[in-house]
Amino acid sequence: MLDLLKNQLLFSGLLIAVLMGAINLGVAYCTFYERKISAWIQNREGPNRVGFFGLFWGFHFWGYGQPMADGLKFLLKEEMIPDKADKPLYVMAPAISFIVSTIGIAVIPWGGYLDIDADGIVDVACQVANPDIGLLYVLGVGSLGVYGVVLGAWASNNKYSLFGGIRAAAQMLSYEIPLGLAILVVVLSCGEVRLENIVRAQIEGGGTWNVFVHPLAFFLLFVTQLAETNRAPFDMAESEQELVGGFHTEYGALKFALFFLSEYTHMIINSAFLCVLFLGGWHFPWIPGLGLEDTAWWAVLAKMAMLGTKIAGCVFVYMWIRWTLPRFRFDQLMRLAWKGLIPTGLGLVALAVVMTYFGIPGSESVWPKLIWGLGGNAAVLFMVVLVVGMSPAGVTGRQANMPPISLLSPAKRVPRADQGTAN
Amino acid sequence: MGANGETVTVLKPQLKLILAAVIACMAMTAAPRVAMASGGGGLDEGGFVSDVLGGSHPLFEAVGFYLFGGLAAFSAIAICFTKDVVRMAIWLFATLGAVAILYFLLTAYFLGVIQIIVYAGGTLVLLIFGVMLTTKSPSMQFAVSKIGLAAGGVVSLLLFAALMGLVLGTDWQRGEPTGSIPVATLGRDLLTTYLVPFEVISVLLLVVMIGAAYLARQERE
Repeated sequence: MLDLLKNQLLFSGLLIAVLMGAINLGVAYCTFYERKISAWIQNREGPNRVGFFGLFWGFHFWGYGQPMADGLKFLLKEEMIPDKADKPLYVMAPAISFIVSTIGIAVIPWGGYLDIDADGIVDVACQVANPDIGLLYVLGVGSLGVYGVVLGAWASNNKYSLFGGIRAAAQMLSYEIPLGLAILVVVLSCGEVRLENIVRAQIEGGGTWNVFVHPLAFFLLFVTQLAETNRAPFDMAESEQELVGGFHTEYGALKFALFFLSEYTHMIINSAFLCVLFLGGWHFPWIPGLGLEDTAWWAVLAKMAMLGTKIAGCVFVYMWIRWTLPRFRFDQLMRLAWKGLIPTGLGLVALAVVMTYFGIPGSESVWPKLIWGLGGNAAVLFMVVLVVGMSPAGVTGRQANMPPISLLSPAKRVPRADQGTAN
Repeated sequence: MGANGETVTVLKPQLKLILAAVIACMAMTAAPRVAMASGGGGLDEGGFVSDVLGGSHPLFEAVGFYLFGGLAAFSAIAICFTKDVVRMAIWLFATLGAVAILYFLLTAYFLGVIQIIVYAGGTLVLLIFGVMLTTKSPSMQFAVSKIGLAAGGVVSLLLFAALMGLVLGTDWQRGEPTGSIPVATLGRDLLTTYLVPFEVISVLLLVVMIGAAYLARQERE
């Protein structure tokens, strides 16, 4: 039995089964925690009724049965397809969305290498696939994420849906550029595109978590991932207040549930990716058993738990942001990407190139990396803030028709020059 | 589910027919290849199980090639016979994705991923986006003029003849598989040995952009 597990293909198969189960359960409870956290932030109770069939003397389990009830509701609802919808695309869209957001798990290094029979020889990698191009794979899969949204929006034959889809497409096109730039910084500073080796580079000889060397790039990647998952404050594709439900207005029952599942799966996968690139993957200093040499089964489980904890932390921040920040207006969204994130990203790539030229990433000590990285990041941030501060605020969209904002009371508003003098 | 039950039918009958025909063609051409690949000596000999578990059995390659090659061919043909712009884009997506998987089967992982990022990801998003923004109605149907059809037919026939001439004229040699080439080697070669072709190809994307801008301008009058 153990010999069979030594085969990478069989082990990967087992890992796929375990991960799919874990992620689907995680997604179910993400929806629950989303509601709990929003309730916590808004001083409410949140879902607290659904227990397990009145089990344990009617004890409610703090509402922990809620995801099961939600899932059951989605299953039992009527599956309907609008008459004027493009039917094949309408059915395909949620499936594409879900598949694309799920296949990203394949290259995430969950727990390093595993030595099953403790003979000192590493047997398998605790990773579904360990290709040479792991990072590019994630980038490619991420760029497909918009298809489900755009297709669903178009196939619904609903103008609000279409608006949501177009917004999603424009947003994705803009935010993919800073995403790529942030990733490029990691590639340059680790000299690797294999995800397992990127984790290794953050641990071995003088390596430190990339977030300490390139905090701005970490922030850039996090923001663009928020945009890529269509999470608030970037949820222009849904924005209930103006577009009913955006791209999923016409969807119900399990098809809607698939869209929902894919959003949360995307969050989890993106968080895992963020942790691997910037937060040292499964590594944590000072805890024994999380090193590169620890390949026993218990160490691998501990590593997976470590990565899981980090992912949970990132997902919590996602939710925290959603219930704290208001949504961007569309022109603000575009301005942020093209005038803020992309110049910052270009500056960071230039910094990483200079660091690579002077051989900083390969140094045996942590200090040159930290000094160069933090100093350079501070310089880039300073320049960006300087340029943004010097340039006049753009007047776009509805702003052009509005009177300028006055710090005085509304009654004393200063009239616009081009509207003639007041009175 | 509609009241008359008609809405349940997802695939149109014609589409089912084309699909069945392609599957039949693929099965016919694939069968001898698969039989050859699985070896004459039955499935138990020659370490079949270990080969399969190692992912190196030629059966994988044969089945994968015919499956995804068939998909690529089918969806490429379907682009020509679809009138709806967005559906065309989806068929194009299927073609490009299938070609990317063919690259993966040949262990050209880098090429496959770049295919997805550049074409399936970038160009197609641009296409969908452009179509949605430039046409008056998103459900615009394409009507091809007879001259256009003739010109396109002549060009594609010429291209087909040229490609077939190349394929048939090449002296194909069967060598040992070299495995996947590291990304670092590829990158170095692209920016030194093959710099000029690399730059020339990147002009193609510029042409696509100029074309898109031109089309978008013309729509507005």
